[in-house]
Amino acid sequence: MTTTTPAPVLSMSGVSKRFGAVQALKDIEFHVGAGEVVALVGDNGAGKSTLVKAIAGVYTPDTGEVTFDGRRVDITTPAQAQALGIATVFQDLALCDNLDVVGNLFLGNEVLRGRALDEVSMEQESWKLLRELSAKIPSVRIPVASLSGGQRQTVAIARSLLGAPKVVMLDEPTAALGVAQTAEVLNLVERLREKGLGVILISHNMSDVMAVADRVAVLRLGRNNGDFRVADTNSQEIIAAITGATTNAVTARAARRAPQEEQS
Amino acid sequence: MTASQTPPPADPTAAAAVPADLQDERLIAAQGFGGWASATWARLRSGDLGSLPVVVGLVIIWAVFYALNPAFISSRNLVNLTLQMVPIGVLAIGVVLVLLLGEIDLSIGSMYGLSGAVLVVLFVNQGMSVWVAVLAALAAGAVVGLVYGLLFNRFGVPSFVITLAGLLVLLGLQIRTLGKDGTVNLPFESSLVQFASQKFLPHWLAYTLAVVVPLVYLLARLRTNQRRSAAGLSAVPVTALAVRAVLLAVALVVITYLLQRDRGLSYMVVLFVVLVVVMDLAIRRTTWGRSVLAIGGNVEAARRAGIKVKRVYLSVFVLCSTFAALGGILGAARLASANQSSGGADTNLNAIAAAVIGGTSLFGGRGSAYSALLGILVIYSISNGLALLSVSADVRYVVTGAVLLLAVVIDSLSRRSRAAHGRA
Repeated sequence: MTTTTPAPVLSMSGVSKRFGAVQALKDIEFHVGAGEVVALVGDNGAGKSTLVKAIAGVYTPDTGEVTFDGRRVDITTPAQAQALGIATVFQDLALCDNLDVVGNLFLGNEVLRGRALDEVSMEQESWKLLRELSAKIPSVRIPVASLSGGQRQTVAIARSLLGAPKVVMLDEPTAALGVAQTAEVLNLVERLREKGLGVILISHNMSDVMAVADRVAVLRLGRNNGDFRVADTNSQEIIAAITGATTNAVTARAARRAPQEEQS
Repeated sequence: MTASQTPPPADPTAAAAVPADLQDERLIAAQGFGGWASATWARLRSGDLGSLPVVVGLVIIWAVFYALNPAFISSRNLVNLTLQMVPIGVLAIGVVLVLLLGEIDLSIGSMYGLSGAVLVVLFVNQGMSVWVAVLAALAAGAVVGLVYGLLFNRFGVPSFVITLAGLLVLLGLQIRTLGKDGTVNLPFESSLVQFASQKFLPHWLAYTLAVVVPLVYLLARLRTNQRRSAAGLSAVPVTALAVRAVLLAVALVVITYLLQRDRGLSYMVVLFVVLVVVMDLAIRRTTWGRSVLAIGGNVEAARRAGIKVKRVYLSVFVLCSTFAALGGILGAARLASANQSSGGADTNLNAIAAAVIGGTSLFGGRGSAYSALLGILVIYSISNGLALLSVSADVRYVVTGAVLLLAVVIDSLSRRSRAAHGRA
C-alpha cells in the first residue's frame, strides 16, 4: 500500500459464497476508499455479480468479514446496505416502468409532508439532481417505460445519489450507451470521486476502466487474481489477469524456465 | 392539435422565467389554458384515456336504457341503483388493491358470504351486540387475508391458487356457520339494517356536500399550484382547475337533485364513496400506495429499492379480505338476511369485472380506486336496466360478459396506443 491510498470506507476480507456445488466466491479481499474509483473486472462467471450482490445485501456471504466506515457490519438486506450508505445501480437498472421519473428516483426513499408524499419537493429535487448531472430528460412526469436506454441509465444513477451514499456501485453503466452518453457517465463517475464517494465500477470495457479508475481489482473463477494501480499498469496486464493468461501452462513453464536460463 | 405542434418560442431572455420542468428544448410548450386543453387532447389521442372510456360507456348505457324505459332515470330507480351497488362495490375496492399488485383474490365472494354468516349468527342466534358481531365479521376477513398473505409470502404459491382453495374453504365455513337453518334473518329494526336501507342524508347536508366537495378540491389544487410556483415548477392554469371544479359541482348537484326527489343519498352510499376516496388517496399519496404500484410494476426493483415487499403483500391481502367482509356485512344488512347462497353465483366475478371495467389493469401497477366506483356503476346500471325491462338472468349474464370483454379490449387497445406514443 502506498501512502496515497485513501483509508478504506468499505473493505471485505475472506468473503466466500457457495451456491450448492458451485463456489461462486472464495476468500475474496476487496476494499474501496473515499474518493477512489475501483474498477471490478473479470470474465463472465468470475463472481463479479455475486460480489456486487453481497455488497448490496442481496446475498449474504457464507463466511468473511465486511468493514464499513471502520465498523464491522453484517449486510443482510438491501435496505440495510442502503442505510449504511451503499448505493447500487444494477445492470438491469431495476426501474418500475409504470412509475414516472420522480416516483422511480425516490422509490423506497420518499419525501413526506405530514403523512402524504411531498410530490412538489420531490419534483423540485429531481430537477436539481438531473441538472447537476446535466441529464437530458424532457419531463420527470412521464413513465420511465417511455425513456431511452441512456435516459434510464441516468435515472438509475441519479437515484443512487439521493440517499447521500458513501459508496456507489455501478454495474456495467456504459454497456448500452452511445458515445456521448458514455462520456457523460464517465464524467459523472469523476464527479462522484470529487465528491469524496467511493465508486465501484463493474465493467467489461477496458478503455472506460483505464479512463476513470484509480485501481483495478481482478476476479477470476471466484478468486482474487490481481490488484493493479491504473497509473502503474496497462490494459494488457489487466486482460492477462482477467483471462488467466498469466496462470496457464505456457506462462507457468516460461516462469519455471526463466530462472534456469538466468542460471545458465 | 395544431397548437401543440408549433415549435416553442425561441426566446432566450425568457429562459429564466420558464419553470424548471418546462426548460427542455424538446418539450412542446403548453402554457396557459389553451396549451393545457390541447395537451389534454393530445394525451387522450395517444391512448392515455384514464377513466374516459368508462364514463362514456356509462353515458351510453344510461341513454340506451332511458330510451327503452324512461323509468330507468326515475329518482326511485336511481336511489335503488345506488343502494344495490354498494356491497359488491366495496368488494371491488379490495379487488383493485390486489390487481394493482398483479395478484388476484378469487375468494371474495365466499368471504362476503362467510362474513354475513358470522354477522347474523353472532347477532341473531347468539344475541351479541351488533357492534361485536360487525367487528367479529371484519376480524374474520382480516384473519383470512392474513393467512393468504402468509401462505403467499412463505411458499410463493400463486395467489390465484391460494384464493381458489380459499373460495372452497370459506364456502364450507359459511355453510357450517349458518347451521341447518340455512337462512338467518336480521331484525328489521336493528341499527345495521336501518343504516343499510333507511338512513338517508338530509336535503341540506346533501346539497352542502355537493358544493363543498368541489370547493375543497379547488382549494387543495390551488394550494398545490402555489407550492409548485414557489418551488419553480409549472402550475396547472387556474381556469382549467376552475372548469374542472365547476363540472364536478354541476355533476354532484344534478346527481343530488335526482336522488333527493326520492329518498336521497344513503349513508351507506356515502360510506362507499368515502372509502373509495380514502383508498385513492392512500394509493396515490402515501408511501404504502407508492410501494403497491412499484411492486405491481416491477417486484425486483421494489425489493432492491428497500421496500418491504412481503409486508406490502400481506397488508394488501388483509385489506382485500377485510373489504370483502365489509361488503358481506353491508350486503346482509341491506337484504336483512344471510343465507347459504349469499356471495355465491356471480358475486365474485361482478366484483372483479367492476375493477377491470373501471380501468384497473389485470397485470398490475396500473389503476385507481375510482375504477371500483365507475365499474360497479356500469355493472349495476346494466343489471338494473335489464331488470326494469323484465329481461331474464340469462340475457343479463351475456350482456355483462360482453361489456367486460369490451372493457378489456379497450384497455388492450389503449395500452398498445400508449406504447406507440411513448406513454406505456
